[in-house]
Amino acid sequence: MPSHVVVDRTAKHVVLICASASFVILGAIFIFTMREGAPALQEIGLYNFLLGTEWRPGQEMFGILPMTVGSILVTLGSMVLAIPIGLACAILLAEVASFRVRRLLRPAVELLVGIPSVVYGLVGMLLIVPAVREIGGSGFSILAASLVLTAMVLPTIISISEDSLRAVPKGYKEAALAMGATQWQMIWHVQVPAARSGIMAGIVLGMGRAIGETMAMIMVIGNSPIIPTSPLSQGRTLTGNIAVEIMYASGIHRSALFSTGVILFLIILVLNTVATFALRRGLKAHHVA
Amino acid sequence: MSPKSVQKIAKVFIWGGGAITVAVLLGIILYVLIQGLPSVNMEFLITPPKGGLSGEGGISTATVGTLYLLGITLAILLIPGIGAGIYLAEYARDNRPTRMVRYAVETLAGVPSIVFGLFGFALFVTALHFNFSILSGALTLVCLLLPTLIRTTEEAIRAVPRSYREASLAMGASKWQTIRHVVLPAAMPGIVTGIILCAGRIVEETACLYVTMGGSAAMPTSLLKGGRTLSLHLYYLAMDTNAFDKAMGTGAVLIIIIIIINAVTNLLSQRFQAKMRGG
Amino acid sequence: MKKLLTLLITAGLIGATVLTGCAGTPATHDTAGPTGSITEAGSTTVQPIAERFADVFTQMYPKVTVTIQGGGSSVGVKSASDGTVDIGAASRELKADEPALVKHLLCRDGIALATHPSNTVTGLTKDEVRRIFAGEITNWSQVGGPNENIIVVAREEGSGTRTAFEELVMDETLITNTAILQPSNGAVRTTVSITPTAIGFLSFGYLDGSVSSLAVDGVLGTIENAKNGSYPIVRPLYFLTKEAPSGLVKEFIDFCLSAEGQSIVEDEGYISVD
Repeated sequence: MPSHVVVDRTAKHVVLICASASFVILGAIFIFTMREGAPALQEIGLYNFLLGTEWRPGQEMFGILPMTVGSILVTLGSMVLAIPIGLACAILLAEVASFRVRRLLRPAVELLVGIPSVVYGLVGMLLIVPAVREIGGSGFSILAASLVLTAMVLPTIISISEDSLRAVPKGYKEAALAMGATQWQMIWHVQVPAARSGIMAGIVLGMGRAIGETMAMIMVIGNSPIIPTSPLSQGRTLTGNIAVEIMYASGIHRSALFSTGVILFLIILVLNTVATFALRRGLKAHHVA
Repeated sequence: MSPKSVQKIAKVFIWGGGAITVAVLLGIILYVLIQGLPSVNMEFLITPPKGGLSGEGGISTATVGTLYLLGITLAILLIPGIGAGIYLAEYARDNRPTRMVRYAVETLAGVPSIVFGLFGFALFVTALHFNFSILSGALTLVCLLLPTLIRTTEEAIRAVPRSYREASLAMGASKWQTIRHVVLPAAMPGIVTGIILCAGRIVEETACLYVTMGGSAAMPTSLLKGGRTLSLHLYYLAMDTNAFDKAMGTGAVLIIIIIIINAVTNLLSQRFQAKMRGG
Repeated sequence: MKKLLTLLITAGLIGATVLTGCAGTPATHDTAGPTGSITEAGSTTVQPIAERFADVFTQMYPKVTVTIQGGGSSVGVKSASDGTVDIGAASRELKADEPALVKHLLCRDGIALATHPSNTVTGLTKDEVRRIFAGEITNWSQVGGPNENIIVVAREEGSGTRTAFEELVMDETLITNTAILQPSNGAVRTTVSITPTAIGFLSFGYLDGSVSSLAVDGVLGTIENAKNGSYPIVRPLYFLTKEAPSGLVKEFIDFCLSAEGQSIVEDEGYISVD
C-alpha cells in the first residue's frame, strides 16, 4: 500500500477518535456523578430528595426543593429584564443601527460574555446588595441575584437572536416593505415571527446559562436553603448548593451534593435539547422558504 | 395611533435596549477599573499574595497559576479539539454516530461549570489521586472547553472555499494531504481565534476550578501542586478577606486581559472572514 | 500560524517557570537537614496557622516542601485516614462514626460573636445567642439594641466551626435555615462587615477591625479570657495522623508544638497549649 494511503487511513481514524472524545466525556460525567450520587438517592428516596423542603444535612434531611425553586426564581427573574432588553438590542444590531453603531455595540456585547463571573459577583456584592438592602432585608437576595444574572445572560440572548433575525430571508422583508409596511411593522410582524425559533433558542440557552451560574450567585444570594417568600428574601441555587458545601461534605451528604449535580445535568439536558430543536426548526423553516 | 408614531415609540425601546446594554457594560468596567487601578502597580504584579486570611500582597502566584493552567490546558486540549473539528467538517457523514457526536458536543457546551467541577473532583482529584492540583484543574478545563474548540474549528474549516479542496484533489493530493497542506493552513486564523477564545475562558473560569485546584496561594512548583488563578484569587479576596481594594485590583487586571483577548480575537476573525470571502 | 500556537503554549509555560524562579523562594543554600515533602489538608480554621508553620519550617529546612490545603474538617479526617495527605486538620472533636486517628492538640480556638462595628449592642448572654441563631429572637430591640431586624450569618453544614458552635452554644436546637450561610470564616467576616445589622460567629483568628466581637455572658472574647476559662465558647484544633508520626512528619508536628510553634499560634490569634 502506498504510504500516503496509510497516512490517510490513520489520519481518518485519529480524528474519529478525537471526535468520539466528547461523547465519552459526556458519558463519563453522567456516569461519575450518577455513581457518586446514587447512594444518597437510594437512602433518601427520589421523592423526598426532589420534593423535600428541608435541607439539613446534619439532621439527615436532604430536600432540594428550596434550591430548585431558588434556581428557577433567579432564572425567571433575570429573564424578565433580559428578554426585552436583549431582544431590543438584537433588533437594533440586526436591523436598525447603522454600520458604525454596530461596530461599537457588537464588541461591547462580546465583552460582556468575557467578563469573569467573579467580577460580576464582586460588583454585585459591593453595589447591588447594599442597594437592595435599602429596600429591605439583608440585601443578599433573589432580587440581587436576578439583577446580576441579567447582565450575564444578556449577551447570549442578544447574539443568538441577532443571528436568527439576520437569517430571515431578504424576500420576506422586501415583500412587507413593498406592501407599504413601516420598518417597525416589517420587523414586528414579519421578521420577529420568522426568527421566532432562533429567538426562543437564544432565550432557552440564556436560561441554561443562568441556571448554571455558580460563583456570582453564591456571592450575592445569601445561600440560605429556604424557599424564598419574596424577591428580597435570601435563597440558594442548585449550583450554589454544590459549591458551598462540597468542600466539607462527606458520606451521604457528599453523595446528595452529587445528586444535586445530576438534577442540574438533567435540567440542562432538557433545556439544550429544546434549544437545539428550536434552532433546527428555525433553519428548516427558512430552507423551505 | 398611526403606524408612524408606533414606529417612533418602538425605536425608543430598541435604542433603549442598546443603551442599557452599553450602560451595564461600561458601568461594570469603569467601576472595576476606577476602584481597582489605584492598587495596581509593579509591586502588586510581582509580589506573591500572603494567602489565608490576609489580603496583603500582590498577585504574582495567581498570575503564575493562570499561566501554568493556560499552557497545560491548551497543550492537552489542542489535538482532540482540532481533531474532532476536522472530523466533523471533513469526514462526518450525516448518519447516526455523527449526530450523536454533534449532540454530545452541543450538550457538553451547556453543562454548567460546577458539574464539570464535580466530575473533576470525583475523577481527577479523588479517584486518580491527582489531589487538588493544577493538573486536576487543567484536565477538568479540557473537558469543559472541548466543545468550544471543536465548534470553532469546524466553523473555520467549513469557511474554507470548496475550490481550495478541489484544486488540491485535482492535482492528485490525497484527502489527508489536502486537509493538512491546504485546508488547515487556510483555516488556521479561524482556528487560532477559537484557541484564543478558549484561553479567555480559562482566564474567566472559577466554579470548576474552585473544587479542583485547592486554591493554595503558594507558588505552584509542580503540576501536582494546588494553586489559584487570578479569577479564583479574586473570589478568595472578595469572600475570605476584607481586601476589597485588592480584589478590585485583581478585577482590573482581569478586565484588561479580557479586553486584550477580545480585541485580538476580533482582529483575527475579521481578517479571516475577509480572506475567505476573497478566496 | 502553527508557530504562533507553539509560541502561545511555550510562552505560557516559560512565563510561568520564569516567574516561579524570580518570585519564588529565596536561593537555597546547601544546608544540611531533612529533605522531602509534607502535605496537609483539612479545616480552614487551622489553615492560616498551618500556612505560617509551613513558612517558618521551610525557612529552617529549605529542602523540605510543605503543602497546605483547605477542604474542611471532614476532608481532614478523611484524607488523613485514607492516606491522601500526611496530616489532616480538624477544628472539632472526631465523631463516633469517623475512623480513629492519632490526635495532636495544636491549640485552642475561641469562637467569637461578630457584629458590625456600628452596632450598639456590646454583649449577649449565651442563651440569647442561642435564641438568635435559632431564629427565636429576630430584632435587635429584644436584646437592648435598636429596632432593626437581626440578620443571622452562619457557616454551611459540614463546617467544623459550625459543628463546634452547635455543640458549645446551640445544645439541641437547630440553627435557623433563614440564616445567610457562607462557605468560610472569612466569608462570614466579610458578610458581617458589609451588613450593618448582621451577627455571625467566627474563629478568634479571623477577628480584625472590620467587625466587633461581643462579650458573651459578660466576658469579652479575648485570648486571655479564653485561656483562663472564663470565655464560654472554646474548641480544640487538631492535627490528625493515621499512625503515630515518624520522620519528617514527626519533626514538623514537634515543631508546631514547640515553644516556637506555639508563639506562632498566639501571633495568629489562637490560644496556645501549655
